[in-house]
Amino acid sequence: MREFGYQRVLDVSGAVALLDADPDARFLGGGTNLVDLMKTGVERPARLVDVRELPLDRIESTRDGGLRIGATVTNSDLAAHPEVRRHYPALTQAVLAGASGQLRNMATVGGNLLQRTRCGYFTDVTKPCNKRVPGSGCPAIEGEHHNHAILGASDHCVATHPSDMAVALTAFDTVVAYETADGPGELPLADFYLPVGDTPHLETALPPGALITGVTLPPAPTAANSRYRKVRERASYAFAIGSIAAALDVEDGLVRDVRLAFGAVASRPWRARAAERALTGGPATADAFAAAADAELAAARPLPHNAYKVTLMRNLVVAVLTELAEEASR
Amino acid sequence: MTTTTQATAVTGAVGTAHTRVEGRDKVTGAARYAGEIPFAELAHGWLVLSTIARGRIRSVEADPVLAMPGVLAVLHHQNAPRVTTDYMSITGTPDPTLAILQHDRVPYAGWPVALVVAETSEQAREAAEALVIEYDEEPHDVAFFAGRPDVYTPADSVVPTDEVKGDMEAELAASAVVVDVEYTTPEEYHSPLEPHAATAHWDGGRLDVVDSNQSTMWVAGELAQLFSLDPASVRVRSEHVGGGFGSKGVRPHQVAAVMAATVLQRPVRMVLTRRQMFSLVGYRSPTAQRIRLGADSDGRLRALDHHAQALTSTVHEFLEPSAYVGRVLYDADAHRTTHRLVRLDVPTPTFMRAPGAASGSFALESALDELAEKCGVDPIALRARNEPEVGPLSGLPFSSRNLLACFEDGARRFGWADRDPRPGLRREGRWLLGTGTAAATHAAGVGPSTAAVTAQADGTFDVRINATDIGTGARTALVLVAAEALRAEPGRVRVHIGDSDLGPAMFAGGSMGTRSWAWAVMLAARELRERLALGGAIPPEGITSRSDTSEAVGALAQQERHAFGAHFAEVAVDVTSGEVRVRRMLGVFAAGRIVNPLTARGQFIGGMIWGLSMALHEEAFRDSASGTHVGADFAGYHFAANADVPLIEAHWVDDPDPDDPVGIKGIGEVGIVGAAAAIANAVWHATGVRHRHLPIRPDRVLSANSAGGSSA
Repeated sequence: MREFGYQRVLDVSGAVALLDADPDARFLGGGTNLVDLMKTGVERPARLVDVRELPLDRIESTRDGGLRIGATVTNSDLAAHPEVRRHYPALTQAVLAGASGQLRNMATVGGNLLQRTRCGYFTDVTKPCNKRVPGSGCPAIEGEHHNHAILGASDHCVATHPSDMAVALTAFDTVVAYETADGPGELPLADFYLPVGDTPHLETALPPGALITGVTLPPAPTAANSRYRKVRERASYAFAIGSIAAALDVEDGLVRDVRLAFGAVASRPWRARAAERALTGGPATADAFAAAADAELAAARPLPHNAYKVTLMRNLVVAVLTELAEEASR
Repeated sequence: MTTTTQATAVTGAVGTAHTRVEGRDKVTGAARYAGEIPFAELAHGWLVLSTIARGRIRSVEADPVLAMPGVLAVLHHQNAPRVTTDYMSITGTPDPTLAILQHDRVPYAGWPVALVVAETSEQAREAAEALVIEYDEEPHDVAFFAGRPDVYTPADSVVPTDEVKGDMEAELAASAVVVDVEYTTPEEYHSPLEPHAATAHWDGGRLDVVDSNQSTMWVAGELAQLFSLDPASVRVRSEHVGGGFGSKGVRPHQVAAVMAATVLQRPVRMVLTRRQMFSLVGYRSPTAQRIRLGADSDGRLRALDHHAQALTSTVHEFLEPSAYVGRVLYDADAHRTTHRLVRLDVPTPTFMRAPGAASGSFALESALDELAEKCGVDPIALRARNEPEVGPLSGLPFSSRNLLACFEDGARRFGWADRDPRPGLRREGRWLLGTGTAAATHAAGVGPSTAAVTAQADGTFDVRINATDIGTGARTALVLVAAEALRAEPGRVRVHIGDSDLGPAMFAGGSMGTRSWAWAVMLAARELRERLALGGAIPPEGITSRSDTSEAVGALAQQERHAFGAHFAEVAVDVTSGEVRVRRMLGVFAAGRIVNPLTARGQFIGGMIWGLSMALHEEAFRDSASGTHVGADFAGYHFAANADVPLIEAHWVDDPDPDDPVGIKGIGEVGIVGAAAAIANAVWHATGVRHRHLPIRPDRVLSANSAGGSSA
């Protein structure tokens, strides 16, 4: 681990001014990912700007009935918040499905959105990786990729985004707020993560030096009947091999509204819009759920060792939507 | 939720539950581990490992690194002190990996190619990571698969390579039922919680090494040989050890520490990282095993053919003896157990908790379950039907064999009698439920040891024996053994271990440590008690009795000496997601006298949980293009988390052997043997699909069940 500078900031303008002046600095939230990457040499920031003490630690209802969540709210506090639990249960479930209690106590909402892939080639500096060293190659495509992307990947990178929280946020049309030295800005989460293409090292549409200040969940009555289901290789403390955030509103046996997002299948949380379109206005039956999953997964381009994810995601769509349909009709 | 049975308490010592005598020190942090003990003028070493899997070192660009802050030395093949490997160690010829920095050849990825020493660990690491090494790379081969044409027959090692009796093809042809199946297990790593760490320094002409190992005698002896030193001038200490499991013998970090301490003439510490451990301290070879069982329609075995293929490195031979377990468990008219190896450009595998038995029992005990299914015989009844009277190949009597007692007790506790043998019938929501069983066995070996027991004038006792407590509770067990022999309160007995100056004693391994050390302690303590019984005052220097079990161990009658056990597991499987969750595990063991029920339970269930990890989680992935590991850390290499560990019970049955002077069989390894098979058999019972390749990952469950196949 290299020596690095450390500075704690108490106001947002001071924080962004520091990064504006020093492009080699990084914001430090809970440090649950960044510090690991510094230990392994993947990240070598000259300076850490600790944003934990910024006044961004609140969760507030918005006037239109949504929620605004500050960037430094811990994952634990987010999951436990009564409004989140009541109106967006899938978000609470997603956060609690991730990491461990200790890590959730440290990890922040802003940091969670920006965590890096756990691809074994990315996290090992002795190996090529286009995301870490552009142009060095992607050995995962021919090598170990059983937990890599089936959707939206490219010949340059097949890594997945590791966040559970971001999958639920994606299903609920979340908007990310940020601040730069030039002032505040907003990005819908749907546009927040960049397509992989031939630039896998460019991960988000945030302007250089931007600090995430919070996320806003618009009101979504459907989200009250929502669920997050995560499949992993052990019962706890593992990243997903496939996950789904789903919300369903059914009236007279017909789908009035549905939200679907997949985790661990792409370089970003994957909003399943094709499946949503296929379902909306149609019957809430297992056959319809399976057909909708197939519509979404038609775009899947699995590699030799991760084709099981297509089956897994199809099964998860059917299982979780069936559960939600039963609950909606209760 | 453990019931301890058969506590044979007579003195409040052996057979009663005692917390670890060093437990308070460990939980308060007062106990110092090898990497924590302070030294003045301490320097820190960092190994640079090869990033290529085969080739030669062309150059080591040491100069820029020597100019970095705090850097004291860069050792490599052109300037490192010379060592010799021309000797025999207690495990045979030494692994040439110990002869680090002696030549320019690189035989696998992760081979030590340079050693950077600096004032601080951080400086050493930074410099090591900055060190540029140029290689001439050569094509490598790391692909392990069944039926490689270049396998060869290894030399007899701990066990004979091949053992054969009867006419295999004739018995198979005469069998009403035949099972012919292949199983595989992946590369598995022991990686104990405490990383390997050693500090070496020269102290008044003696080499002093503070280390974390499974035998100070073993390490001291080999360091003396490697550096051509008088054995008496090497001292190795290993007071507290945070897990060993076979990985903590002589390893490159100790050699590196001695080299650097010699060059710099100051103390040098080496601490391995988790990733370095994946290439420097050994592992369990992957295996490909073919089993053919032939039986009469009632399940009586006519033929048992177990062929096991494993790998070794190009520089050293180590055999994972997977087929051995059948030589103990079952007889058959034709009985053939054979091993083959393939040499690949990978590090040398080594002893890992229940070498051979853990991997081999997965295959054999799964195959027995497949035979039970085909014969329509209950799996426990099948094993009872094939229970041998004497050693199936040796013809020797068993010193004690209480396998069936384990099955009977376990079946009663587990509720086996109510089991419907048909697979795929029990559902609870999205989960299919099933149960499985398997047998366990492990050799009860013993090695010579010396001990000294001193009666002090204040009525206390000091026991000195070069044992090592690798986390098993051996130190506490020896307190209890000594207290019983002395007829003293355990609180009056102090045990001193982990120091090569204490004299020769068995290593902590092969489930032999406590059995071997207890024997020596018992003999010395008994003699001391007889001397004390004569009366008279105890002088200030105390009264000391010494023992050496070499002769007694050599005189032990030739018999089949083994621990046995029976595993039971209940699993839940969601075939739409591939998730497998273990709901219950129960093990019953026949393992001689149980010294300390508290730590014995820890040993048994620790082995069982490892078996769970082996069944469902553990697997290292080697990238064939680069020949290197991917995800070689605890983020990538998964084992059971607490949430995976279900209700676990461990019990034991009475297992006396009146002819054995010590009666202890050793319990470090038998707990893992068969555990993975019990879980795999339960997965079949739940789903109707056989899983013959470990680990039983979600993708394998999904692929097998969506393909509608009967095997995967």
